[in-house]
Amino acid sequence: MKNVYLDNNATTAVAPEVIDAMAPYFADHWGNPSSMHSFGGHVKKAIDEARQKVAALIHADPSEIIFTSCGTESDNTAIRGGAEAVGSHLNIISTRVEHPAVLGPCRYLGERGHRLHEINVDSSGQLDLVQLGAALRDGPALTSVMWANNETGVIFPVPEISVMVKAAGGVFHTDAVQAVGKIPIDVRKVPVDMLSISGHKLHAPKGIGVLYVRKGTRLQPFMLGGHQEDNRRAGTENVPYIVGLGCAAELAQRHMAEEATMVSELRDRLETGLLATCPDSRVNGDRVNRLPNTANISFEYIEGESILYMMSDVGIAASSGSACTSGSLEPSHVLRAMGVPFTAVHGSVRFSLSRYTTADDVAYTIAQLPPIIARLRAISPFVKK
Amino acid sequence: MWDYTGKVMDHFRNPRNVGVIENPDGVGEVGSLACGDALKLMFKLGKDGRISDVKFQTFGCASAIASSSALSEMIKGMTLDEAAKVTNQDIADFLGGLPEQKMHCSVMGREALEAAIDNYRIGKTDKKILSGKVICNCFGVTEEEIERVVRENGLSTIEQVTNYTKAGGGCGKCKGDIGRIVDKAVQERLEAERKSGAHAVHRKMTVIEKIRLIEQTIDREIRPLLKRDGGDIELIDVEGNRVKVALRGMCAGCQVSSFTLKDVVGAKLKEFVSSDLTVEEVRE
Repeated sequence: MKNVYLDNNATTAVAPEVIDAMAPYFADHWGNPSSMHSFGGHVKKAIDEARQKVAALIHADPSEIIFTSCGTESDNTAIRGGAEAVGSHLNIISTRVEHPAVLGPCRYLGERGHRLHEINVDSSGQLDLVQLGAALRDGPALTSVMWANNETGVIFPVPEISVMVKAAGGVFHTDAVQAVGKIPIDVRKVPVDMLSISGHKLHAPKGIGVLYVRKGTRLQPFMLGGHQEDNRRAGTENVPYIVGLGCAAELAQRHMAEEATMVSELRDRLETGLLATCPDSRVNGDRVNRLPNTANISFEYIEGESILYMMSDVGIAASSGSACTSGSLEPSHVLRAMGVPFTAVHGSVRFSLSRYTTADDVAYTIAQLPPIIARLRAISPFVKK
Repeated sequence: MWDYTGKVMDHFRNPRNVGVIENPDGVGEVGSLACGDALKLMFKLGKDGRISDVKFQTFGCASAIASSSALSEMIKGMTLDEAAKVTNQDIADFLGGLPEQKMHCSVMGREALEAAIDNYRIGKTDKKILSGKVICNCFGVTEEEIERVVRENGLSTIEQVTNYTKAGGGCGKCKGDIGRIVDKAVQERLEAERKSGAHAVHRKMTVIEKIRLIEQTIDREIRPLLKRDGGDIELIDVEGNRVKVALRGMCAGCQVSSFTLKDVVGAKLKEFVSSDLTVEEVRE
């Protein structure tokens, strides 16, 4: 059976080059980079090189790159460590559509003496900048706004937002986990203080992340008890994975142009194809300011988990914002914040492509989806005859 | 992915009896688009008074479709009295079991069947009408419904009620109310058991009987109480009348754990097992 993987916003295939780059750091170069002998010396050099490659991808200085265990650790470090370094009774400003890795720590701080603001989005998923401006005038703030949304792919105007936050005198963090590697990011031009990256979203393995921390940013380390990462993140370095992420960052930079051309063209073809062949379907989110790889489509009157299982039966992998797939009983908080009607939220499917997606994959999906949608609609009591 | 049985996947992939019946004898409709699942069930009676045809339409996940399909197969050929006795657990059993978090799909089946039978018998509307006090506003679940599901399935925690009825799965504000309903039901259950002599408490028990009863009391009486505060308990050993337990989760190292031990664990064990028992905490 054909296997079509369209769930790259959940996780990506590890690039073969990344696996090759990592292998020697399991088999041969297993030393501790802190050691004062040749076993350690070699791996220390490898970490330095990886740091340079990751820095280059976002145009940062290598000294501003901290390796962490994952995107969630990066977000927690930035938000909790950032707030702790700045003071008490802060305004913690975030958005209603953030990833749980940001919503969680922000709400945690909100319950412990800080004041929490969650900024609304409009029906296209774009941020209410007027409300953000008002929150920023409320006093000293730590603001965390994602670069691009994982569910809809909607890109926030982070360059503009970061200028607003810095003008108000606050700390600015952005969860750029979905954006890095898909769209160009240049921290020399965008005054973010901290930025989170996750390895497994850009063809490195799971278990490695990065927090970019601009020079001069005050941050209380989250992991204590070691001098690693310049005293900012204790714990022996995860050497093979750091090397893997370095390689993945280099590949991402090399393939960046393909994202904007090839990947985006395939996504558009998929989206247009599905909208044309499946009646009562709609795209969720701003179609202009959007990641090149993501399409969030709602098939009304049917439920996402059923769609996913039937897609899986024909070898297509995607994800859904329906309640049944979230492990809770509530459907996607992102689509609900955008005011997407329940009829459409439960039947939403996120297709997310990568540079490994082929034209064949897209054609196969466009051919397979309509009968699945029709079959489930034939069972549904809500379809008007 | 969920851990669905082969039978669930079969009924999801090849649902039986999908569709509508022209001029049905009974129709039942439960759920809504907002809730994320809905079922419309209809049947026709034969001359012998047995269900001769069943059809359904479902909006929902794989287990909702499978539960509807299973139900439609189960009730074919039944009299209405027989069909009225079908429980949600029967539907789950027919499918070889459902994941705990998906038990509400089987409850939806039972509710639709009941609504359809009512529609035939007393001409009540085919839509489920909320009667009694609404406990969960997010999913429109009433006190009556929760009490019934708790009773029929022997539930003892808030989490189970959410898995079976969705109540408490939205904003979570009603969890306190659900807790009270569960507590009351558990009390009644134990009262009934005591009256029926299920606990022949103070006669001489064998060691095995005693340990079983201690375990049962911990499961039914003590653990649900501790779990509400994020704690848990484990039976380590029983030596004579000394019951050794370890407190887990939030209870472990809790400042009032000695109170918990004496007034909750000790009191319940004395009440339900034997007044001679003493409780000791084992710290590892």
